[in-house]
Amino acid sequence: MTDPVLEVGDLTIALPPGADRAEAVSRVSFDVGRGEILCLVGESGSGKSVIAQGVMGLLPKTLPVTGGAIRLDGEDLTRAAQGRLRQLRATRMSMIFQEPMTALNPVMRCGDQIDEVLVGHTTLDAAARRAKILDIVREVHLPDPARMVDAYPHQLSGGQRQRIMIAMALVLGPALLIADEPTTALDVTTQAQILRLVAELQARHGTGVLFITHDFGVVAEIAHRVAVLRQGELVELGSRDEVLRRPQHEYTRMLIASVPSMTPHARPADPAAPVILATRGLAKTYAATGWFRRRGAVEAAADVSLEVRRGQTLGVVGESGSGKSTVARCIVRLVDPSAGEILIDGEDIARRPARALRAFRRRVQIVFQDPYRSLNPRRRVGEAVIEGPLNFGVPRAEALARARRLFELVRLDPGSLDRYPHEFSGGQRQRVSIARALAMEPELLVADEPVSALDVSVQAQVLALLAEIRERLRLAMLFITHDLRVAAQVCDTVAVMSQGRVVEYGPAREVFGNPRHEYTRSLFAAAPGRNWAFGAGA
Amino acid sequence: MPPRGVTTLMGASDLDALSVEARAVRARATAWDRMRTNWSVRLGGAALAVLLVVALAAPWLGTVDPTLFDAASRDLRPGEAGEITTLDGETLKHTFLMGSDSFGRDIYSRVIYGTRISLLVGVASALVAAAFGILLGLSAGYLRRLDGPLMRVMDGVMAIPAILLAIALVGLWKASLFTVVVAIAIPEIPRVTRLVRSLVLTIREEPYVEAAVALGTPVPKIMFGHILPNTIAPLLVQGTFICAAAILVEAILSFLGVGLPPDIPTWGNIMAEGRVQFIAYPHNVFFPGIFLAVTVLAVNILGDGLRDTLDPRMARRL
Repeated sequence: MTDPVLEVGDLTIALPPGADRAEAVSRVSFDVGRGEILCLVGESGSGKSVIAQGVMGLLPKTLPVTGGAIRLDGEDLTRAAQGRLRQLRATRMSMIFQEPMTALNPVMRCGDQIDEVLVGHTTLDAAARRAKILDIVREVHLPDPARMVDAYPHQLSGGQRQRIMIAMALVLGPALLIADEPTTALDVTTQAQILRLVAELQARHGTGVLFITHDFGVVAEIAHRVAVLRQGELVELGSRDEVLRRPQHEYTRMLIASVPSMTPHARPADPAAPVILATRGLAKTYAATGWFRRRGAVEAAADVSLEVRRGQTLGVVGESGSGKSTVARCIVRLVDPSAGEILIDGEDIARRPARALRAFRRRVQIVFQDPYRSLNPRRRVGEAVIEGPLNFGVPRAEALARARRLFELVRLDPGSLDRYPHEFSGGQRQRVSIARALAMEPELLVADEPVSALDVSVQAQVLALLAEIRERLRLAMLFITHDLRVAAQVCDTVAVMSQGRVVEYGPAREVFGNPRHEYTRSLFAAAPGRNWAFGAGA
Repeated sequence: MPPRGVTTLMGASDLDALSVEARAVRARATAWDRMRTNWSVRLGGAALAVLLVVALAAPWLGTVDPTLFDAASRDLRPGEAGEITTLDGETLKHTFLMGSDSFGRDIYSRVIYGTRISLLVGVASALVAAAFGILLGLSAGYLRRLDGPLMRVMDGVMAIPAILLAIALVGLWKASLFTVVVAIAIPEIPRVTRLVRSLVLTIREEPYVEAAVALGTPVPKIMFGHILPNTIAPLLVQGTFICAAAILVEAILSFLGVGLPPDIPTWGNIMAEGRVQFIAYPHNVFFPGIFLAVTVLAVNILGDGLRDTLDPRMARRL
């Protein structure tokens, strides 16, 4: 590296007293060259976002830099005054964020937000600024730039908003772009487009990019070099191929091995197993009614026909808005379906009124996505696990004994039953949620994105646990996910949903090996790092 | 590359991988810890604790029966000595710390005993308003069919002016503690109902409530076991503000003569009686006024502190 844009040397950033460790970032050194993309990879709490904030000079007072240096073109930013940092932002370094909706001001036109950068840092007149804005908007490949600059953020899609963010960040041609998980909130096809755009722009302008992500698929797509962080310490730094193919550090090896493979597993299907769940023509329409007139209706799901057999997993795969969660919530009867049948062991429960669902509740259970919101913060986890059995008249002592056995099954300490949810980590909470669902001894377990909010290493453990439980208890499982890798690992059959409809449905090996529908093919083509064999233990 | 199932992935992980996850869960300061170290909570709480002690210990604080009067000791200035006749006809020497009124009653004793009434009315009104507000708000928020009718009724109740309602109630029944508490609590009920309803509307969408539905938990148990406990923090904050408002309204009602009967020592009554002589003897209004101001201020400071420490949106900013 002859000409680094950014040099971070021995950077140490302290955490406030009472945190789980003394330093958010401990003696981290790396540099980013001109025209280079350095991926900073780590799980939550690894300090990767703190480093980004440190470079931008945006650290809160509770996280002071206590050692080391951050040099941008040779200038030490840790000693720079606030005024100097303000000058440097947008002109020499800029940043894009994870959530393009909250990063843009909702009551300001997109063009005006880009204009703000120009007004603050240049002396151009209005016409010149307008021309520059249109140029950059064209460069990020937004259709119809003149219309886009006059649009409000809510009128754009997530991908378009992220393009506006990128335009805003690059309009003054900074030497360094920091991208903090810029595609995490986007769908996989949009993510692929944004990654391509970032790579294209940085190559054209010779921008150095510090790209922060937790996703090894994204790393494989975009990185030139990779830095792996673990709890504030840099454990590995090297070229993409070195790190991904020959990881040196044990932690990197564990992370890469935890990334699920895109190749579906070969598990013999048992065609004779009884059908636990079948839906026929299931549909959910949300009617948007106004005060004075009926407005249009939204078809969240239409004509969904699925089948799950005992001991097998059906994966429902799709992007956001595809209706996959609606289907799950209809099947658990958290929302009332508009049409169709839901057959549990041949009994149709789609039209049953809420009070007649008691017997059904016992047979179908659900695990939710967000481990932080799926447990009542004011109740002990033990109470959560025994709640279901108590509702069905199981004596308290017996329910508690069952909870203790379940905690052992999900590998939690049975002694922690009387703790509150906030005393557990995300993965542990998800285990509690699984134990709560299993306490009902259900026949069908619906898992709505159960690992999407978890770090990759934790995700692998929870997936393994779900697989083990399905084997041991011979459960039928309906697994909702947006992540093709996860689907490949857990599903026997896969249904691909798009815009409320099932576009492809078949055994996982066929769908993954030979996708027939165009949408399925575009999904696979967009999956980051699809050409890399992850999960093979390297 | 051989296809790799999750079950094989499992072999490597198991218990040792758990230690990766067992990364210490961040030691989080509980709401109670934050409350104890918050200066607003400490200050407001301490002031209220002092007032509570004063109210409870009123008979032992050098007071006499606040209803006693003595024609010989009328209109004394603060600190003057005089005498006062008990109900048994006994005459006591007494120092009038805050002077006496035009009946010869001891202002100090009346103000101290008045603390009891004020605190009682404040807390009782807040409790009554909260009890009804919780019940109505939970019903409106969770049982959607009741929402429209209930909230329209609440809108109607909100249109009733508090003072007029009090005057009407006192006219209908008689002036009593009960009447005053009812008169103050009724106009506050819609406010609590709205607060609880809006909280319920967000909490009912939480996955843990949906999980409870999926577990077959009966509706009342969901409402009171899962949703209600999660509304307590904002309710507590709202409760302190109702309490402060109730103390003020009680004083206003008494001052206007539609509150408690004039022989009962309340701060509003003392001020009402002192009003006509304000130019000559300002202490009749001055001392109960200070007590009223300090009490309301203390409750409001406590409420601010509670809001800072209990409201998660504020906690992030701290």
